[in-house]
Amino acid sequence: MSFPWARQYEPKTALTKFLDEKLPLPRLVYNAVGAGYPVPRNLSYFWNFGVLAGFFLVLQIVTGVILAMHYAANAQVAFASVEHIMRDVNWGWMLRYAHANGASFFFIVVYIHIFRGLFYSSYKAPREMIWLLGVTIFLLMMATAFMGYVLPWGQMSFWGAKVITGLFGAIPLVGEPIQVWLLGGFAPDNAALNRFFSLHYLLPFVIAGCVILHIWALHIPGSSNPTGIEVKSESDTVPFHPYYTAKDGFGLGIALLLYCALLFFAPNALGHPDNYIEANPLSTPAHIVPEWYFWPFYAILRAFTADFFFIPAKLLGVIAMFGSILLWFFLPWLDRSPVRSGHYRPTFRKFFWFGLIPTMIVLFWAGGAPAEEPYVMLSQIATAYYFLHFLVILPIISSIERPEPLPTSITAAVLGSDGAEKEVVKGEAAAPLAV
Amino acid sequence: MRQLITPRVIALFVGLFFVLAAVWGLFTGVSAVLGQGFLKEPTAEHEFHKYPEDAKFSFDGPLGRWDTRQLQRGLKVYDEVCAACHSLKYVAFRDLAALGLTEGQIKAYAAKKVVPGIDPVTGETTTRPGLPTDYFPSPYPNAVAAAAANNNAIPPDLSLMAKARHDGTNYLVSLLTGYTSQQGYKNKEGKVLLAEFPDTKTPPGLYFNPYFPNLNLAMAPPLTSEGQVTFDDGTRATVPQMAKDVAAFLTWTAEPQLVKRRQTGWAVMIFLLFATVLAYLSKQQIWSAVKPRKKDAARA
Repeated sequence: MSFPWARQYEPKTALTKFLDEKLPLPRLVYNAVGAGYPVPRNLSYFWNFGVLAGFFLVLQIVTGVILAMHYAANAQVAFASVEHIMRDVNWGWMLRYAHANGASFFFIVVYIHIFRGLFYSSYKAPREMIWLLGVTIFLLMMATAFMGYVLPWGQMSFWGAKVITGLFGAIPLVGEPIQVWLLGGFAPDNAALNRFFSLHYLLPFVIAGCVILHIWALHIPGSSNPTGIEVKSESDTVPFHPYYTAKDGFGLGIALLLYCALLFFAPNALGHPDNYIEANPLSTPAHIVPEWYFWPFYAILRAFTADFFFIPAKLLGVIAMFGSILLWFFLPWLDRSPVRSGHYRPTFRKFFWFGLIPTMIVLFWAGGAPAEEPYVMLSQIATAYYFLHFLVILPIISSIERPEPLPTSITAAVLGSDGAEKEVVKGEAAAPLAV
Repeated sequence: MRQLITPRVIALFVGLFFVLAAVWGLFTGVSAVLGQGFLKEPTAEHEFHKYPEDAKFSFDGPLGRWDTRQLQRGLKVYDEVCAACHSLKYVAFRDLAALGLTEGQIKAYAAKKVVPGIDPVTGETTTRPGLPTDYFPSPYPNAVAAAAANNNAIPPDLSLMAKARHDGTNYLVSLLTGYTSQQGYKNKEGKVLLAEFPDTKTPPGLYFNPYFPNLNLAMAPPLTSEGQVTFDDGTRATVPQMAKDVAAFLTWTAEPQLVKRRQTGWAVMIFLLFATVLAYLSKQQIWSAVKPRKKDAARA
């Protein structure tokens, strides 16, 4: 589906006419990310991060496939094969650092993408399915990243795998058998490393499939926008190409500058030195910490320190950690405010900026810190607010809040009250450029 | 009645459950603190451990370069001191070309080393002179032998040591020069270690070093006297000099592509900067038609 004023694809050459009849791939591209896809004209730079996430997914797949040509998933040689990549494979060091830091950047852009979705309530009708697929992608990303971190078979790989699979041991009765079944043994070893490698290679393609569904679902209602009001007329939109291809190109340039600065000048800054020590089941590192992008959820896991109503603390932590992400699935039905954009929701905005954002900062910080005071108490307060925010405050605000007046249309929001008058001129100017 | 059990009411109870469970944990933590103060006792490691000092190197910073003469001196320190106990298993003799050694020098260097081999006639394990393609041999035949010879503390492989510790290069310098007498050792605040923690007296067989995370390590001070190694380039082999040179060498073994990586980085950054400026300009031009001009915005 698209807006009635969307430009129609017209094959001009013999080849494109042939293709359009047999396999209309150019038409698909034209309608998906070309001039045939009308997009709100007022998207801010926060709307760049979907494209950036797609870019980093492709980058991870390309670098990962090449790394897999040189890597050996065997506990005896895995660590040495990574050093082989770093030392003997042509540009192997660059591939590996690109992949390791690419994972970090994938998470950075996805976190900003989620932040955008939360502030502008992009999850609301008619875009619930996009959101549900997005949360699924995020869960798959977490699983993929976790298994990828195990592959170099360093100390943090090994102990991280042990701690995370140990979480399943908290499930009553069947926990321990499940843990053994997942690892293929009583501790991470060759069996675990092999299956993690297999899944680490598989899941990115599952993610890619979900991304296709995510974009497909997006193209039915079209993108949301900073005002949160729906597109009403042609003057509210511009064609994706060239307007947003150009804007995304610039955004990609900035993202690549930051990414390459990290990759080439501080490639180990986000890693942990202990992972340059080969896995040793007999020597436990002083502090076992996951990669930075798991810190908020690790903080929630460790926040539950006391048994509650006969539920063991460890089980509570595990349920809360998974629950903290799973609750995002229900957001479209918890937040019932008819207004999407946080810009027009004064109460929501206060809780968002002064509640949720500081909470996330504390969780990030406490998750990376050792499990001692004051970090544990801070993470307990932050965890309590996290659940309060999404499950209690958000539903209540959405019933009692009085939103601020919305602009009459996207065009009016962009051009001001006399926008309609200028529209004629602008409409002409916005006519498709020759491309 | 049905009206009461809406999804949002369920969410409310689920949310309150997690809030109460987290607050319950907080409450037990706080009451423990109120009852007996912060449970975390001050430890000797926490109060007397020192972070590495900043040693200056030619390869510091984004424009840094290797000092190949320093790397060669460091190789000599490794060779004559460290190699007695520590392996360097990810480094091959051929890699030494990066230190400025010629092919002939590498061949001669490798030939002086004894590496494990197989007798071509009998098939029995034996030893042979090294070839440039061989890796630095381990001083011990296996981990059991290494443990047996070192009071059960296996000397770690040094190939990646500079990356396997926080601030690794500086850590190596500080550790190698940081051995000191535990008697009367004070931290920055002037507290005396043995007065504060009389139980932490270094046990026999261990050596006191405040740069080591738990203050006592199994390695005896390896660099003890000036001139322990004779440098070919005439540099005075003081203990700090030897420590710095071997730290530089081990930084190279941990990250041989360090300088190449940064040089590549500069080329990539300059290209990207240029491309991003172009992308910005084209974006500005394309959008100029639909963007309200400042004048319009002011009037609105």
